[in-house]
Amino acid sequence: MATVAAVIASTHHPFYYRASRSAGPDRPPFADEWVAKIETFRRTLTRARPDVLVMVGSDHFHQLWLDNMPQFLIGKAPYYDANFYNEEREFGLPRMFLKGHEELSAYLLREGIDAGFDLAFSNELRIDHSITCPLITLRPEADLPIVPIYTNIFAPPMPPPRRFVELGRTIRQLVEAWPGEQRVAIIGTGHLSLELGGPRQFGPHGPDPEFDRKAIGWIASGDLGSALAEVSLDSLWEPGNATHGFMDFMLMMGAAGANVQADYTDSLDLFHTMEAYFTWYPDGTGAP
Amino acid sequence: MSKYLLNKFLYTIDRDPELVERYRADPRGTVAWWEADRANVILNCPGGERSTWLEFTQAEREALATHDYVRLFELGAHNFLTLTLFIALFERDYAEPLGFQREYASRLRHWTVPYPDIAT
Repeated sequence: MATVAAVIASTHHPFYYRASRSAGPDRPPFADEWVAKIETFRRTLTRARPDVLVMVGSDHFHQLWLDNMPQFLIGKAPYYDANFYNEEREFGLPRMFLKGHEELSAYLLREGIDAGFDLAFSNELRIDHSITCPLITLRPEADLPIVPIYTNIFAPPMPPPRRFVELGRTIRQLVEAWPGEQRVAIIGTGHLSLELGGPRQFGPHGPDPEFDRKAIGWIASGDLGSALAEVSLDSLWEPGNATHGFMDFMLMMGAAGANVQADYTDSLDLFHTMEAYFTWYPDGTGAP
Repeated sequence: MSKYLLNKFLYTIDRDPELVERYRADPRGTVAWWEADRANVILNCPGGERSTWLEFTQAEREALATHDYVRLFELGAHNFLTLTLFIALFERDYAEPLGFQREYASRLRHWTVPYPDIAT
């Protein structure tokens, strides 16, 4: 059977690519610390020696639109082009070209549907920064085949938090039952408290530092009980109007397992968001 | 309320560099053209298979025609779509990094949660 070599959850900040490459007066004061943290975080994936990456993210109204909006979707294609014009325009992100792993996509679709998730699929999917940002931070060579999984954290009505947790748990179980010897890393990105297009956006910290502190504690300790008790679709509007992206962290908590302590935890209090990075090693291989 | 159509305008302008510039230079004319020609195009269907019923309310039309992002927020346009397009339109006019984004926040500061509903 396949091995889950690592479960990784992080924020996906689209400014990282440009900040990390800037020099001279254009280099923001926080860039050096940010790059150092990311390079340490990157080693947590490298140590796991993955062969395939299952990548969980969310399309930001790029290819998926309100006339036909899936809740959970798995890409099944041999290749994926990546990043969109408005991400080049606003964040300076590069166009990328990624290899897909169709066999694992097909397996997760079939088995996921049989397990009770009516998954949508796409045979021609252009990937956006929710998946390219973690590749840039964790695997900038972008040399491994991926299985992209998109969740709706953007357009109400959305699935509730517990459904994200259940999907994460199911993905983990299915990967572990996948016939073969491949080492699979499950990587997902979301947000802590976040405000976009509202009065609390782009402040000196994230819009709700208290939520961020609690959320980092839940994730680091795998405390799904507290997270599920305190977080609902309604409550997530309070810490910031884009905080439903936290449900992708909850999906990853489902993949990591209830009450399983992360093997690696780090965070960075940037202007306007709290960045956070977590790695679990289910088979112990990469653990320090 | 046609929040869906507001979002469709923001979405389809934002993804086309020429339309971004056209909307910056001539907001009222672009909104009128778009409502007449583009509002009823189903994005994944050939042109002959259009919708027949989509139109803005007068308040929505006016908010778009005056680049009034505060009003768009209040009308329930999707916060991410409005922010992304308006950064493309106006960030260039501000010397300080994030200067436009901070002014945007400041102009909405009379709002506290719950914000206007963005569900479509």
